[in-house]
Amino acid sequence: MNGLLRVVAAMLLLAVCGQAAAQDDLAPPQQERYRVLINELRCLVCQNQTIADSNAPLAADLRDQVHAQIVAGRSDAEIIDYVTARYGDFVLYRPPFKRSTWLLWVGPFALLAVGLVGAMAFLRRRRRDAVTAQSVDPERLREILEDKDA
Amino acid sequence: MIPEIGHFALLAALAVALIQVALPLLGVWLGRPRWMEVAVSAAQTQFVLILVAYLCLTWSFIDMDWSVAYVASNSHSQLPLMYRISAVWGAHEGSMLLWVLILAGWMTAVSVFNERLPRDVLAMTLAVLGAISIGFLLFILLTSDPFARQFPVPLDGRDLNPLLQDPGLVIHPPLLYMGYVGFSVAFAFAFAALLSGRLDAAWARWTRPWTTTAWLFLTLGITLGSWWAYHELGWGGWWFWDPVENASFMPWLVGTALIHSLAVTEKRGLLKSWTVLLAILAFSLSLLGTFLVRSGVLVSVHAFASDPTRGVFILEFLAVVLGTAFMLYAWRAPKLARSGELNLMSREGLLLFNNVFLVVASAAVLIGTLYPLFVDAFDLGKISVGPPYFNMVFLPLSAPLVFLVGIGTVMGWKQARLGDALRRLRVPFVIALLVGLSLPWLLHRKSELMAMAGTFLAVWAMLTALVDPWQRIRAKKNRWFGLRQVPRAIWGMSLAHFSLGLWVLGLSFVSLYSVERDVRLGPGQSVELSGYTFAMEGVQHYAGPNFDADRARFTVSRDGRVLAELDPEKRRYRAQGSMMTEAAVDHTPMRDLYVALAEPLENGDWAVRVYYKPMMRLVWLAGVLMALGGAIAISDRRYRLASATRRAAVAGGAEAAA
Amino acid sequence: MRWQYLLPVVVLAGLIGLFVFGLQNDPREVPSPLIGKPAPAFALEPLGGGSAVGVDSLKGRPVLVNFFASWCAGCQVEHPFLMELSRRGIEIVGLDYKDTDADGLRWLRQHGNPYAQVLADPGGKAGLDWGVYGVPETFVLNADGIIVYKQIGPMTEDAWRTRIAPLMAGGAE
Repeated sequence: MNGLLRVVAAMLLLAVCGQAAAQDDLAPPQQERYRVLINELRCLVCQNQTIADSNAPLAADLRDQVHAQIVAGRSDAEIIDYVTARYGDFVLYRPPFKRSTWLLWVGPFALLAVGLVGAMAFLRRRRRDAVTAQSVDPERLREILEDKDA
Repeated sequence: MIPEIGHFALLAALAVALIQVALPLLGVWLGRPRWMEVAVSAAQTQFVLILVAYLCLTWSFIDMDWSVAYVASNSHSQLPLMYRISAVWGAHEGSMLLWVLILAGWMTAVSVFNERLPRDVLAMTLAVLGAISIGFLLFILLTSDPFARQFPVPLDGRDLNPLLQDPGLVIHPPLLYMGYVGFSVAFAFAFAALLSGRLDAAWARWTRPWTTTAWLFLTLGITLGSWWAYHELGWGGWWFWDPVENASFMPWLVGTALIHSLAVTEKRGLLKSWTVLLAILAFSLSLLGTFLVRSGVLVSVHAFASDPTRGVFILEFLAVVLGTAFMLYAWRAPKLARSGELNLMSREGLLLFNNVFLVVASAAVLIGTLYPLFVDAFDLGKISVGPPYFNMVFLPLSAPLVFLVGIGTVMGWKQARLGDALRRLRVPFVIALLVGLSLPWLLHRKSELMAMAGTFLAVWAMLTALVDPWQRIRAKKNRWFGLRQVPRAIWGMSLAHFSLGLWVLGLSFVSLYSVERDVRLGPGQSVELSGYTFAMEGVQHYAGPNFDADRARFTVSRDGRVLAELDPEKRRYRAQGSMMTEAAVDHTPMRDLYVALAEPLENGDWAVRVYYKPMMRLVWLAGVLMALGGAIAISDRRYRLASATRRAAVAGGAEAAA
Repeated sequence: MRWQYLLPVVVLAGLIGLFVFGLQNDPREVPSPLIGKPAPAFALEPLGGGSAVGVDSLKGRPVLVNFFASWCAGCQVEHPFLMELSRRGIEIVGLDYKDTDADGLRWLRQHGNPYAQVLADPGGKAGLDWGVYGVPETFVLNADGIIVYKQIGPMTEDAWRTRIAPLMAGGAE
């Protein structure tokens, strides 16, 4: 029930407001920065959407902020700092590399390295097994035979 | 009365499921064939019972029985009939019913089409599937009863979530579940094989067509889901790396790995313990997905309204099923015979690396999806992991794989000569290089390095996919005869790999050369985008069956020539008052032109989003062709013929032993 | 038994542990980075007009700063409890978020006014600076004007007793 209320509330929020057509007065390179930024910032009230995709009022406010700060000549890093100072790292869809996230960034590649090394080692072991199996078997056979003879 | 019949049918199904687990296993243990055979009839009975329950719920929807709480929450008197039928799986309870119905369907299919399996293997497989069914039936009956009545009876329903009132959503969940649940068959085979200790090439051969079938449904389901999001969410996106999307993508990746490692196990009898692990993993990830989507541990665009008690139940169930399977694996797998030579320069050697890349890719998706939870659990703050992360990590994990595909398909089994392979790859490589260098510039007058690399890989995968069938055809004197001599399994594989190339091509262009604009437009105004002029002619109100809508008319032209008329809509669904965006798209294989109404502004103006998306269609076309490749592969006659002969051999062997 | 065959069980156990934690946790609640920091500056007019008030006016004693709005359903839920708190002598400053003065005043007339002072934030600029993402939200400020706690969603008796009252100790009660 609670969950349902939440969904309904989110939908109402979606219904209320929308995207202002805010980018037209920007120069092309600034437009590009605006696009990239609003597509990497998370809307907090929505389920899981960027502020570019969301029609929630807060998302519109944040878009306007990003827009205004680009106009004011702030750098991307400054704008990101502005948002995280208020809402924390949660708003960043590209998590910053730091102590709590290094595993996130390094993990997949570490796994890949382990996987590749493991696969190579496995192949080598297999080939050695195969070779020794071929070279040893007749010998052991003879031993067994000799043993039998003796 | 009807809902009570449905509820009772579920209870009966639960009882049958209990029998389906207990008797056959006892039968295997005590060596009683009669008891083992119960599994077959139990599975089929269970299917009929669950089907009855399912039809009862469907009837309640058609009949608009608002005394059933689930019906009242997800339907409405104005809801069209088609959506009243599909509303059965429009929310949690009913979709779980669809889940168990499909599970029972797979079970029945196993009982029908695998009569050639050894009796005890069939009995154990069906018992394992029955055990999974018990879990989900209990889940429905204890926490998510779709037949629960409510008093007082409301005058009308609260309507189906408008997002789901779309033809794409009518078939998306059934396809997706067919895939998810289908991996349970491979899981059950693996479990049975571990129990019996008979894990051999024959096991791989039984498992293969089932796995491929589940995989092709999952492929279709994911493709359709992406297509739906593109049309319905109104921001031109088709993949967002949302937890729910990831939940379907992880089993797909592992399932793909499984299909390939099964080939190695069947052909060479190698990698047995690895293959069996993948078979368990693919279904594990399906269950994990079910948990993530329904428990509310993660925030997602399209998660179900969540309820912690349900989360707890699925988690417990997951722990029992997977814990048992993995413990059994830890106990039995080390005893599996290791034999045979495995060379790097062979198809199986390269397939090993295919598996490494696919499994690591799947693990990367898992890490990215769960990392916010992990950070939170250790009290290190709250973070989000989204598309920028996944795109960045996924690219280096998948690009080498696509390149490897090209080499793998021309490499022979056992011990291939590198020189031979290289000779066969010379022409595709040169063509791919030339096309890769030129195509981005030819189409868009802008050469981006990523686009060139993407095009190269795409063309490489497409051409190398054709090498094998081509050489088989050329080897015959009569080309037409040769064409028909190529086994369907080869055609299927080639088509799937070709589609992979097509997919990479579409993906590269749509992600690098898309153009989008948000503009304010009034009637009579127009906007230009990539040489196309979008003119807004006007906006009209109209009333749909259960919604009111504003429909705009756009004329799209290029160089004065009208190409298309597009009618995007903004709908307001009456029952819940929620707004929906219906985008309008004009598409050719080479480009999509996409218009969506964002919101009304003052003076009759609208905030409008227009997009130019090159080669967008290829992404979905590739998904469909890939699934088609799977379908062609499983229709290969050797599955039918070979299993018939082996059946004879097994029967003969059994007699000899007796 | 060789160790690598146990790896899947170990990973599974780890994941289950993670999910047990996850089930007890609301993924939607985002902790504020402002906790432990001075309350962000603002200059807002009182609801209904008057001269602008700055953030310094909140210093010198513990204070609750409550973001609310007439259009917000959760605010009606917590409103009776805020009235109760004000009767107990707790100083609550209200920030009427993204609202018109007329609507805000009507709402307060209708439901009662628990606030020592009500400031209007019609554009939501102060809300943005305070990291508000969904009203109602309530900040707890200590005497130095430092944010020590943030209640997301309606204020409840439970949250008040277990977390907020101890922080306000030295203030009223």
